[in-house]
This record gives sequence, structure tokens and C-alpha cells, in this order.
Amino acid sequence: MKIGIAVAEKDLNKEINQTFGRAPMFAIYDTETKEAVFLENEALNAAGGAGIKSSQFLVDKKVDAVICYRLGENAVKVLEGAGIKLYNAVDQSVIENINLLNANKLTALNDIHSGYHHSN
Amino acid sequence: MSRIAVLSGKGGSGKTFVSTNLSNVIQNSTYLDCDVEEPNGLLFFNDSSLIEQSNVYREIPTFNKDKCIGCRDCVNFCKFSALAFIKDTPLLFEEVCHSCGGCELVCKHDAIELKKINVGSVSKFSKENNTIISGEMNVGEASAVPIISNVLNYANDNSIIDCPPGSACSTMEAIKGAEFCILVTEPTIFSLHNIKMIVELVTLFKIPFGFVINKSNEKLDYIIEDYVNSINKEILVKIPFTKDIAKITTNGMLVSDESEQMRQLFISLSSKLKEEVNK
Repeated sequence: MKIGIAVAEKDLNKEINQTFGRAPMFAIYDTETKEAVFLENEALNAAGGAGIKSSQFLVDKKVDAVICYRLGENAVKVLEGAGIKLYNAVDQSVIENINLLNANKLTALNDIHSGYHHSN
Repeated sequence: MSRIAVLSGKGGSGKTFVSTNLSNVIQNSTYLDCDVEEPNGLLFFNDSSLIEQSNVYREIPTFNKDKCIGCRDCVNFCKFSALAFIKDTPLLFEEVCHSCGGCELVCKHDAIELKKINVGSVSKFSKENNTIISGEMNVGEASAVPIISNVLNYANDNSIIDCPPGSACSTMEAIKGAEFCILVTEPTIFSLHNIKMIVELVTLFKIPFGFVINKSNEKLDYIIEDYVNSINKEILVKIPFTKDIAKITTNGMLVSDESEQMRQLFISLSSKLKEEVNK
């Protein structure tokens, strides 16, 4: 299973980034190889639709699950549309969240907001 | 006259108050309400009659799944990330789409067709010698821009444009083509803060501008005056803060009809505008 997590630094012992669409990068952790790759978030400076664009990025990386604090409804539509499972992050490090997910101890994401859009 | 845009940055500063009364004292003027999320200018032109009304549409892409080969040219083209590609099909986020039509242009497989959707309406009213144009956005729509651009189709060289508050896309759309901007302020720190953003905006658009102080208070006007002096601009008129003005306005009437003093104030504003435009 591949898990996608928004992070600010290339370190699994640091916390999960509070925001998703405009996070600096994503950690993609493979539970079989137990290795992570860190990829720059191309949506960081997007003119709009950052949640859509970053979600598309994770869909294309064939991620199976996302752990995060909260998501905008557009991001949810893309991720869930692609069959990706969404989980609530807890206030611990990235690797601890991954271990909790492996132990089936994370709950399904419930904090879905209508996005932080600027006024059109 | 000319095309004059009235804007403020802060809501409730008096854009509609200034634009309706100014329009009222100018012969054969057209008042255009571009605050299409909450158009209220018409309320002050009592007994006006509806001349025409038309719907405003914008175009969004629809996808022909038989023709789409999944090349993603459309998804990659969209600068607003309004398109995603999941389960071998493009997915549109309607409220993120800016209706530029670019996705249809880049599709080499003729798989995209643009569909019109209704986003609001524009109405034309007449009262004596004046024309009133009022745009109204449908509830739930994300962007006011298509409606504002339709309202402005009615602008001529004797127009007063009542802009939306703030300095975002809808305000930019409303001042396109304006020859002069009136910046309506109140003598408060909050209003000063917002008007500075409007100054940045109109400077970027290279449109000449001047200020109106509404709810003027001789002890506080310095808040705006010091700033206006520091950028070598002019305060065109000051509108006093009185109970009478508030009463007339809350009763849906124009102070330029009800008070001779206010009528003269708006006539002097219109004369100053004529000078400014001819500079």
C-alpha cells in the first residue's frame, strides 16, 4: 500500500503539514518496501484549484491512502473519485501516523471544509 | 461627461450613495450597478420602469467519452486546475472554471463541447432622463465577472459605474474602460487601510483618480487627508455625516432630490469630474 502525506520537510519523524493543497511537498510511503519518497508539490503556487491539482498528483502516483488533518471538498472529490481512502491525522510524527494506520488505529477523515478560496 | 467608476475597498463606505446621487444630477446619464452580488442601486430610483431584461450565460466544457482518448491536454492546459482526470475521464469543477474555453481549443480529438449555463441577469430601467442598468448574480454562483462584463456592455460616455467592494477580480472587471475613478472613503483607519489597496489597483490600471470623504468629521478627516496629500491627490468633495442624510437614504430616496444643499454638492462633484477628465 502507498500512503500520501503532506509534509514541510523530508523527515518522517517530523509532523504532518497542517494544510494539504498548498503543502511544500508530499511524502509517499510504501508499506511493502518501508521506504518513502519526497516529492515537491507542484500545486504550491497554483493560481487556483490547488486542492484539485495536488490531489491529481497523488492519484497519478497511485497512492492508496491519504492521512491528513483536513481537506477541501474539491480535493475529496478527486481523491475519493479515484478510490483513495482518507484518514484523520493524529498529533504525532509522520511515521507514527503510518504505524497507526497499519495497525488500523486511524479513523476515516471527517474534517472536510468548503475550501480556502479567494473571492473571484 | 465620461466613464466614471466609483469604488471603495471597504463595503458600506458609500459607493452606491455617491454613484446614485451623482448619476441623478447628470442629465441623460447611465447608472450601472456592478455590485451584482447585492445590487441595491435601483432601490433609490423610485418609479423607474423596466425596459428590458436578459439572461447572462457562461460556457463550461462537457466531455464526449467516446471521443476522449485520455491525453490530458485539457487538464494540463487549465491554469485554474478546474479539471482533474480520474478513472479515465476528465472531471470538471464548475465553480473553479473561468470559462476561458481553452480546453476546447487544445483538444485535438473534438471530445469537448462547450455548454452554456445561466449565471445571472441584466436589467435595464429608465427614469425620466436617466438609464439604470442592474446586474444580478444567481445565488450560489462563484464568479461575478461574466455578469459585470454584460452590465458594462450598456456603458456609454456618460456613465457612472457602481463597483463591487474590495479589490478582487470583480472590481477589476468593473473598472475596465473607466476614464476616472472616484475613491469613496470614511475618516477611519479601517477605510484608510482598504483605500490604499484600491489606490494600488487603479494605479496598476493607470486610471486617474480622486477621493470623496463620506461621513466627514472635521476632527477625523485628517486620517484620509494626510494620506491623500502624501500621494499628491485631491479630495473632490466631503459629504457631511448628518441624521438627515441617513434618514433620507434609509427611506430609499436620493439626497440630491430631497436637499438643495446636497444637490449642489453633487453638481459640484460632477463639475470637478469634468475638469479632471479633461486634464
